[in-house]
Amino acid sequence: MRRLLPICLLIGAVVAVQLVTEVSDTRYYLTQLTMAAYYCLLIIGLSVLMGYAGQISLGHAGFFAIGGYLSAALTTHNLIEYNQAGLVQALQQLGLLVSTQDIYGSSLLVVAPWAAALAAVCAAALIAWLLGIPVLKLKGHYLAMATLGFGIIVYRVALASSYFGEADGISEVPPFQLPFGLAVSGDFSARVENYYIAWGVLIIGLILLRNLIDSRVGRALRAIHAAPEAAEAMGVDTARFKLKVFVISAVYAAVAGVFLTHYNGGIGPSEAGVMKSVRYVAIVAVGGMANLNGALLMGVVLSFMSLRGVFGTYDDAVFGLILIVIMLFAPKGVLSLNPLARVRATIGRRRLSREGG
Amino acid sequence: MTLELFIQYLFAGITYGSIYAIVAIGFNIIYNTTGIINFAQGEFVMLGGMISISLLPVLGLPLAIVAAVVITMIFGALLEICFIRWLVNPGVLRMIIITIGLSILTREAALHIWGESIHSLPYFVGNEITSVTIAGARISPQVLWVVGACGCMVIILSIFFQTTSVGRDMRACAANRTAATLCGINTRNMVTLSFMLSAGIGALAGCVVSPITSTAYDNGTGLAIKGFTVAILGGLGNSMAAVGAGLLLGIIEAFSVHIIPLAFQDAIAISLLLLILFIRPHGLFGSRSAGLKEF
Repeated sequence: MRRLLPICLLIGAVVAVQLVTEVSDTRYYLTQLTMAAYYCLLIIGLSVLMGYAGQISLGHAGFFAIGGYLSAALTTHNLIEYNQAGLVQALQQLGLLVSTQDIYGSSLLVVAPWAAALAAVCAAALIAWLLGIPVLKLKGHYLAMATLGFGIIVYRVALASSYFGEADGISEVPPFQLPFGLAVSGDFSARVENYYIAWGVLIIGLILLRNLIDSRVGRALRAIHAAPEAAEAMGVDTARFKLKVFVISAVYAAVAGVFLTHYNGGIGPSEAGVMKSVRYVAIVAVGGMANLNGALLMGVVLSFMSLRGVFGTYDDAVFGLILIVIMLFAPKGVLSLNPLARVRATIGRRRLSREGG
Repeated sequence: MTLELFIQYLFAGITYGSIYAIVAIGFNIIYNTTGIINFAQGEFVMLGGMISISLLPVLGLPLAIVAAVVITMIFGALLEICFIRWLVNPGVLRMIIITIGLSILTREAALHIWGESIHSLPYFVGNEITSVTIAGARISPQVLWVVGACGCMVIILSIFFQTTSVGRDMRACAANRTAATLCGINTRNMVTLSFMLSAGIGALAGCVVSPITSTAYDNGTGLAIKGFTVAILGGLGNSMAAVGAGLLLGIIEAFSVHIIPLAFQDAIAISLLLLILFIRPHGLFGSRSAGLKEF
């Protein structure tokens, strides 16, 4: 029951926020809260990688972009002129393609969103796996630079390929139809529905990660983080567990990318930028590295504020400042500060020294 | 490819390569004394260029460059004193994140001071179209300035490290910090000095290259990652090898334009970095036994 309590609290909070916006007629907040939820999905994945497996990644915006860009490109590029090609016909036979009409009445033949999403997430997982095998052998600066380099490559490729729309990105991405008549789209009439879809996805993701941490994998990860040599000696295959978590966190990032792209109806190269990756790392750091609830809380609060434009032109600067301040004064995250306990400890120490003297 | 074109590419490669080498040496100086990689290294180059451009109307070119180097050195020292000096046994992850934060703050400050537009110093001799002819290829005199300035910096640095007592103190600090402290060397000041030195050489490089490449607030990240590629390529901590590696990377990049679109140029340097990290993390010129403990 205790394990379920935070999840129940979260569900309660999600419903409460929706009701408050309904009553106070501030439904426009739901748009940013929906986007914040998708960013949080990436952030909790990264939190497990950084906090539990102890591996920094400065390339997670890259995985997010792989998910978003692939699903956007597949669902928007018209395949009608390749109609006769064997591959396209085979895909059509399998029901992976949908034909629609655009606003000018000409017919479109594109990959179905669910198939595109699946392909995008699988691609991200595969790339993470291929990248992870060599990269995760590295430590510290080398790992940071290697993942940073990966992020920049993704950004450059998105910016330079006409298939991914170059500097304009991809727009007019169709809605993602889900079962029960739901759809991930930026349609204003579906705002409440999408808010619940986003938070539903996030909560499912959270439950899965919590289970992962409490499982054998989680124990192995903690052992790796605390004492890699000891863990190896006990027979923990550190390389395999690190790789597993790297792939899982990449999948979380890609799923977030897919959903957010369908929600926004498009994606641009800035989503793949280095600053985005740094921002995710900053949020995980503020939440406390190995603290899913903290990462979730800080992820929602900071993403929401950033999306609302609270920081104005100082947006990136604020995240840089947060990084420095947190790492200098509270490397275990904001929630670890607990000022009351600290005051009590200081008073106790004073009393002790007085009695001793 | 004609001989002229070949030489043209070669000099373009050497120009960029010298800058990468200077950034890599900046990485190495700080890495040797502290064991950390300063992700804000590229920002020093950007600051050098920007400050000299701002001071140009007031002081004239030579003095503006001197002032820019001095100001950037003070900035480097302040970064170290404010953010790094007083940390007790910081972990690598923590240091990485702090220096990334510093680089973002510097860049954002530059954005708010100098704006988004690109600036550049005037050519030191002549103008954009002045050129000297070498074996049929036309080379801007500024290229010779860049190569000359970077060459001088490397020579002066190596004399400094080999012969002066402060230079020897810094090397002792790099070899064994505890032992250096026991010998009465103030290792903390040596760390500050190493930040000043790498800020200074970065800033000077930023000034001489500004007429060719222009300076924009967001130059730093790209330079930092290429400089790091070069530092790794040469073997981290080995400054002389960094020069060779820098020239190599610059030349590879310059010739890659012949085959692959310019838009992918950065991707080449980074793919090279990834490749080296996977195959020979101790660098092309580094020995397998040395410096592997960090991996």
